[in-house]
Parts: sequence; C-alpha cells; structure tokens
Amino acid sequence: MGLLSKKDSKLILDPLADNNPITIQVLGICSALAITAQLKPSIVMAVSVIFVLGAGNVVISLMRNIIPSKIRIIVQLIVVAALVIIVDQVLKAFAYELSKELSVFIGLIITNCIIMGRFEAFALANGPWRSFLDGIGNAAGYGLILIIVGFFRELLGSGTLFGFKVLGDPVTKTGLYAMGYENNGFMVLPPMALIVVGLIIWVQRSRNKALIEEN
Amino acid sequence: MGLKLKLHTLKEKYKGTKMAPAFNALHTFLYLPNETTHGGTHIKAADDLKRTMNTVILALVPCLLFGIFNAGYQHYAALDETLRLAPLANFLTMDNFIMGCWTVLPLVLVSYGVGLGIEFLFAIIKGHEVEEGYLVTGMLVPLIVPIDIPLWMLAVAVIFGVIIGKEVFGGTGMNILNPALTIRAFLFFAYPTWMSGDKVWVHGAVERQKEIMAGANIDAISGETILGSYAQNHNVVYDYWDMFWGFIPGSVGETSKLLILVGAFILIFTKIGSWRIIFSTLIGALTMGLIFNGIVDAGWIGESSKFYGLMNVPFWQHLIIGSILFGAVYMATDPVSASQTNKGKWIYGFLIGLISILIRVFNPAYPEGVFLAILLMNVFAPTIDHYVIQGNIKKRAKRLKVKTA
Repeated sequence: MGLLSKKDSKLILDPLADNNPITIQVLGICSALAITAQLKPSIVMAVSVIFVLGAGNVVISLMRNIIPSKIRIIVQLIVVAALVIIVDQVLKAFAYELSKELSVFIGLIITNCIIMGRFEAFALANGPWRSFLDGIGNAAGYGLILIIVGFFRELLGSGTLFGFKVLGDPVTKTGLYAMGYENNGFMVLPPMALIVVGLIIWVQRSRNKALIEEN
Repeated sequence: MGLKLKLHTLKEKYKGTKMAPAFNALHTFLYLPNETTHGGTHIKAADDLKRTMNTVILALVPCLLFGIFNAGYQHYAALDETLRLAPLANFLTMDNFIMGCWTVLPLVLVSYGVGLGIEFLFAIIKGHEVEEGYLVTGMLVPLIVPIDIPLWMLAVAVIFGVIIGKEVFGGTGMNILNPALTIRAFLFFAYPTWMSGDKVWVHGAVERQKEIMAGANIDAISGETILGSYAQNHNVVYDYWDMFWGFIPGSVGETSKLLILVGAFILIFTKIGSWRIIFSTLIGALTMGLIFNGIVDAGWIGESSKFYGLMNVPFWQHLIIGSILFGAVYMATDPVSASQTNKGKWIYGFLIGLISILIRVFNPAYPEGVFLAILLMNVFAPTIDHYVIQGNIKKRAKRLKVKTA
C-alpha cells in the first residue's frame, strides 16, 4: 500500500481480522443475526454500514473540538440518524424490494453498537483522515462477517446464492435434490446465525492463539 | 485373554503418540486395564463412568427390542388393518423382527459410527482420552427419531449435536444441554417435514405417498401419532392398553410405557437415575393436566377452541401418550445436565413436567413438547442449584447466629 502509511493501513486491516468488531469485540450481533439469512441483504447491510460509519466518523472527527462533551451522545445520534435516513431513502428509491426486506434493520443501524463505539473510541480523538480509515475498516470487518454468515446460511438453508438455485431445484428435484438432499430449515432461523458466528470465532482463535484470553 | 494382551501390547506400542487415546479407548472399552491408581486414593467405589453408562444402556435395551418389533408391526399393520384386532398375537413375529432390524439397526449404526468417530477425532486432536459419554447418547438417539428419517440427516444431526452440544463445552461432563436432545432438536428444526406429520412414523408411508403422487393406484398408509390426532382434532383410534403396551406409532423406542417403566426400575434400583427427577417430572405433568381439566370443567374453554381436544384429555392419560415418560426416565435424569441438589431436582423435574404439557397443549405445531421442556430446564438447572445452595447457606448462617447470640 503505497497510498497509506503502515500505521494508517493498520487502521483498515486490523478490524478485518485480529480486532474484528463482531468476532473479537462481539458488537453488532443483533443485526448479524437478523438479516443474514440471505446473501443479498447481508451485502447491502455491509455497504450501508460502511457508508454510515465512514462518513459519520469523518463528520464527528471534524466537529470533535466544538462538541460540548456533556451532549456529545446526542450530537452523535443526530449525525448517525441523518446518515441512516440518507441510506434508507436511497434504498427506497433505487431498491424498493430490498429495502422492504431489510425493513427496520436499516433504521436500526442507529443503534448498532459498533458505530457509537467507534465515534466514542476513535473519531472524538483523531483527525478526519484517520477516522475515515478507521470507520471504513471497522465497518468492513463487520460486513465481512455478515457476508460469510450470509453465504453459508443462504447456501445451506435455501440452497441458493443471490437467489440463484446453485444446488438444483428442490421442487422438481434436480441437482443435489435428486439424490435426496434437503435444505436445512434450521439455517434460516436466527439462532443458527449465532452458531455460525461462534464457529467463525472458533476457527479464528484456533488459527491465531494470541487471541485466546488467559483464564 | 489373548485379545486383552494383544490390545495391551498395541497400547504400549502407541504410547505417547497421537493415536494413543484411540487404542487406549478400545482397550478399556473391552477390558478392565491392569493399571491401578498409585499413591493415596480417597474415594473407593465399584462403579465408574463406563459402568454407569452400561447400566443405562442395559435399561434401554428392552425399549430398543420393542422398537424393532414395533417398527415391523406398524408397517404391516398399516398395510393390513386386521392385524390391529389382535396386536398381542401379531406382534412378536419373525416378519416384524426382520423388518424392524432392517429399519432400526441402520439408525443405531449411523448414530454410533458417526458419534464415536467424532469422539475419537476430538480425543486425538486435543490429546485426551476418549470419553464414554457418547455410549448412552448413541443409544438414545435412534430411539427418539422417526423410523424413516434419512440416514444422512441423522449423521449431520449427530455431528452437530456432538460438536456444538458437547465438545465445544469441553466434552463429557461439561455439556450444558443433553446431547441426545440437542440432536433431536436440530433434526426437528432443520428438517421438520421428516420429524412431524402423519407420514414419518410408519416405515414406508413416505415412499407410498410418493408412489401415489406418481399415479400408482394404491391406498395411502398413514400413522398419525396420538398427539398428532389430538392436535388435529381427529379421532384417536387406539385404546389405553395399546398406548400402555406400546402398539402405537411414534418415535422408535418411546412407545412402550411398560418397558420404559422396567427401565425406570433398573435405573432407580441401581441408583443411577434419580427417582426424585422421575417422580417430580410426572407430578409436574399431572399437575398441568389437572389444571387444564379444571379449565375445561369450569367451562372457560368451549368445544370450538382448538385447544379443547388436548385440554380435555384426562390428566393421567398425558403420561401414556407421547414421550413424557421416556423423557422423564432417560432424558431428564441425565446427571450432567440436570440439577445436582436434591431440592433442585424436585424443582427441575416438576418444571419439566409442567412445561412439557403446557407446550403439548398450546402449540399444535409442536405436539411433542417434552424435548423442548427438558432442553429449557437444562439451561436453568445451574440457576436452580445456585439458589438452593444459597438458601441452605442462609438458613445455616441464621442458625449459627441464634446459637452464638
């Protein structure tokens, strides 16, 4: 990365793996459970959060010296709310079906702990460029897990990817279904997202022993 | 002795290598090893985990044998209704036995093969000894699934149940949930069409349905469970003695209430199953049944209500329909996932019974609520224990104060 210094690129790369907001900090779990039954909403959610957190971090960082610390949470909320409304309106205008599918969860980006967490922990104390990188990095780390979970849940739960029947047709019994394979209905239910996230954490920690806490 | 010696030398040969636990397990599974504990031992007891497990398996054997005969009997009786007129005469036949073996034994083989395979794998990866925990689970699993469940589904569920239900918590003795019920819950939510309805409980019913759909001119066979009939407000065609003896469709091993009672006797007599849990579960079920009967008697629920059928079942009949008895005797008493304190066991069992009947009546989609109730109470068992122990500590602290004052 010639464009970024080593310190800056760490801001983006760290949250993707070793300091992932979902698997390490265990934040933003609710939306990870709710919208990952299919791959498409997972990706839309990931992109939305990348936009909101990237832009939000920049805005908060620019205002960090003029926000009175007593009311900073309210200011942060207003910034997120404004950005979320923009995302919501854009989705409604250009991808109405999808926005109906995601329904309240776009609105609930406001309550995503990752966003407030990064505002508080990073943007209030750093310049706009570094805040922007941090926002993009964390949101991408969140989105990455969403997409992995969404991939497995859609593939095993519905036998499709992006709605394409990659495993064959369950009704006319083609492809895998001709051999007696059936979709796993459990995968479509939210508890299974929790278990898939747990499995990702398991794989990640067994690959990187440094992540295991002493106890 | 030849085999024992051979296994011993084999074990010595692989000592210290990665594969050691696998050979160790084979040796100790078949024979008592010569090694004894060195230094001071403080507890002397004749039973170990293996013997405990074997007793439970022994108590399950009658249910398994009955399940084998019943699998054949249900299949042939569905084809020829006249067999049902004299169940006793038509039950212990060679045809039933062969058909039963053909359908039940693959379930047992898959359950043990896959489950023990995973146990061996984990033991080798993690470098500890193979644990005996799966011996009972592997026997329970084929008894609590429908006869026609596809084998690959069973295999997937066993993998899930053993890894997520047990190994991630640290293996045998550390699991929060009962592994056998975790496997059943997985099957139930993952493949509901194979776990409920009126086609899966009798061998061949699904095949028959497919042939009819394809245009074959034959009669459909169906085997609704009794709970299914109640939940759908159909007429129940079996009498109480059929239910007690077990000549009814249902999961493989849970139909014969008589043989479950035999198993319960073995478990209580050998002090391996807790009689407190068994009795309190049954009391809980009866209590809930009585409450529902009372509601019907008081006229709060009319015949038009969809709950009327199951609410109106006389309270004692709840014990002989469905699998509450099987759950109470073999599942709720699992010493790892149940409450440990005596008072806790009463509370734990009572709530299992109560919730089982509650789910059974109020959720027609899950007419068999026993496994859900036990899993739920598994989660609460440590909490119950905590409060029982705290209560005891408080009581004794108070007594101490009175004495010193």
